[in-house]
Amino acid sequence: MSGAAYLTSYPELAASLPGFDLPWLQGFRNQALQTFAVNGFPGNREEEWRYTNLSALNKTVFVPSANQLVDEDWLNRYRLDDAASVVLVNGQFSASLSRLQDLAGKVSVSSLKQALQDNPAWLESRLGQAVTSAEHNLVAFNNAWFTDGVVIDVAAKQQLDRPLQILHLVTQADALAATRNLFVLNEQAEAEIIETYVGSVDSYFTASVNECLLAGNAALTLYKVQLEAEKAQHFGGTYVKQARDSRFMHHNFALGSGLARSDIHSDLDTAAECSLNGLFVAGKRQHIDNHTRINHLKPHGISREFYKGVLDNKARGVFQGRVIVAEDAQRTDSEMNNRNLLLSADAEVDTKPQLEIYADDVKCSHGVTVGQLEEKSVFYLQSRGIDEATARNILTFAFANEMVDKVENAELKALLLKELLERFPAISL
Amino acid sequence: MLSIKNLHVSINDKPILKGLTLDINPGEVHAIMGPNGAGKSTLSHVLSGKAGYTVTEGSVTYQGKDLLELAPEIRAREGVFLAFQYPVEIPGVSNIYLLKAALNAMRKHHGLPEVDAMDFLTIVKSKVKLLQMDEKFLYRAVNEGFSGGEKKRNEILQAAILEPKLCILDETDSGLDIDALRIVSEGVNSLRNAERSFLMITHYQRLLDYIKPDVVHVLADGKIVKSGGPELALELEERGYSWLEGQAA
Repeated sequence: MSGAAYLTSYPELAASLPGFDLPWLQGFRNQALQTFAVNGFPGNREEEWRYTNLSALNKTVFVPSANQLVDEDWLNRYRLDDAASVVLVNGQFSASLSRLQDLAGKVSVSSLKQALQDNPAWLESRLGQAVTSAEHNLVAFNNAWFTDGVVIDVAAKQQLDRPLQILHLVTQADALAATRNLFVLNEQAEAEIIETYVGSVDSYFTASVNECLLAGNAALTLYKVQLEAEKAQHFGGTYVKQARDSRFMHHNFALGSGLARSDIHSDLDTAAECSLNGLFVAGKRQHIDNHTRINHLKPHGISREFYKGVLDNKARGVFQGRVIVAEDAQRTDSEMNNRNLLLSADAEVDTKPQLEIYADDVKCSHGVTVGQLEEKSVFYLQSRGIDEATARNILTFAFANEMVDKVENAELKALLLKELLERFPAISL
Repeated sequence: MLSIKNLHVSINDKPILKGLTLDINPGEVHAIMGPNGAGKSTLSHVLSGKAGYTVTEGSVTYQGKDLLELAPEIRAREGVFLAFQYPVEIPGVSNIYLLKAALNAMRKHHGLPEVDAMDFLTIVKSKVKLLQMDEKFLYRAVNEGFSGGEKKRNEILQAAILEPKLCILDETDSGLDIDALRIVSEGVNSLRNAERSFLMITHYQRLLDYIKPDVVHVLADGKIVKSGGPELALELEERGYSWLEGQAA
């Protein structure tokens, strides 16, 4: 069955996982393992996984790796100089590569392993608050298999004095990098966090879960920059609990991997705001699935969602955008938009906006477009002396760049532009 | 400069141009007038290389080359410029980016190095002034949200920077109020010189008050049915086109 090889090797692995000596965590992991054992990895029979086939996870058995070797020149291509950084290598925290010394104020940043040693009770009451194994079996898998991660706790009324970048690096072929990250923002706390996923080898499996707990009036800006290697399998889920008046701003740049699935789910309390921006760019046979869920539980919430997709060659993109407005969530204001550009006849996008509204006094809208480059625009550029291939690249880049333009962090913006330009050659800015 | 001989063009097997012959010498300004459906826009599209038109007979020679053999971008780099009747809006691409990319494509074609960034800015700013445009337009997306007059001025701005040898103005006067028409015309007039030729396509005589043509042609049912001096335009204004349309048969 699906996932069988992983289950077979689990008992041997278990003792090496962090927190093995903590009964509550053992219970947490065992419960997840039992859930996972029923069906293994999610399959196409599940509605939320209709478009995404995970069979590659059974063809290769990805295993955790203790390898900590990193080519620093390669790492520095992705490291943002103006940000503090946490480096995770093959799913393990690297103290020597991380740069946390400049982070001042009442902010605690540590590896999950360290946090399990120092503050197990604090973690016990928080881990699994924003998502459980019942969500789907990749979350269950992470619950049982996570090897390390980052725990960030920003005290009330404090803010990170600079952005914090979390670099998820994979440098070992066929490695499993299962990290678990917890971002806790107390009342009125603010933070900007940038997740960056890259690999220096071809084949590996990232399975990462973020839980974000935002107290009243807290504000989190979270960027996800997914630049995984060409044959990598990527799962990254971000699950957010938003208390009253909190703000969550997410930017999802999905440019890499062979197969990628992102979950971005948020539960909104009264007058909370949630903004989800996304750009997925896929070519060759890449498959990129974006699954978002905005759950308005209480009145006066605001949500804005805007995703753009660019699919070339035989690539396939998926956008599933679900907005739920509970009966109690009167005066919710929600907008969702997804625009897709298909550059080849073999490219495909499956887009599924879903609005489920149980309240009667709400303002909700959604829109979806799937199209090609406009030939009149291509001709207009040609008539100005620009060759057809470059004209198409310019227009595609312009379409995608609208999302990069929303990034306020200049250094991150430059990194994204560079990555984007590599995908649309022959344009100079 | 440009020699069109017995040009026949069809769209989806429907003949539009039916034997058009026209010669333009360096420095000359030719106006083509004619009723709707005569084939005026087809002529401008065929000359600039737009897809969807089939040339069934005849030839177009530009500076000794077979123009119809050249890709649209090569025609542009060789000095053929079309000022569009409906300039296209291109969100996400700034005006200044397009101008620079276009100028550099042209320079590369002629074996010249890329334009120096400072020099480029100086040139562009002087042309912007000439067309009484706000410099802010340079940093806005190409034609996006521009008024009709701003779009047409933007077309002439591009011409002023690319310095074409043959400038085709397709209904440049359409949608312009008197002030915009005057500014656009002044821009065009400033581009006139002994080498540069113009082909102005227009429905109305009004534009010719501002840009004086050397020759006026009447295009009806796919052919030039009458040619003359500027006075022909005045006659057309008075008498309409109907008295000439019979001559096309």
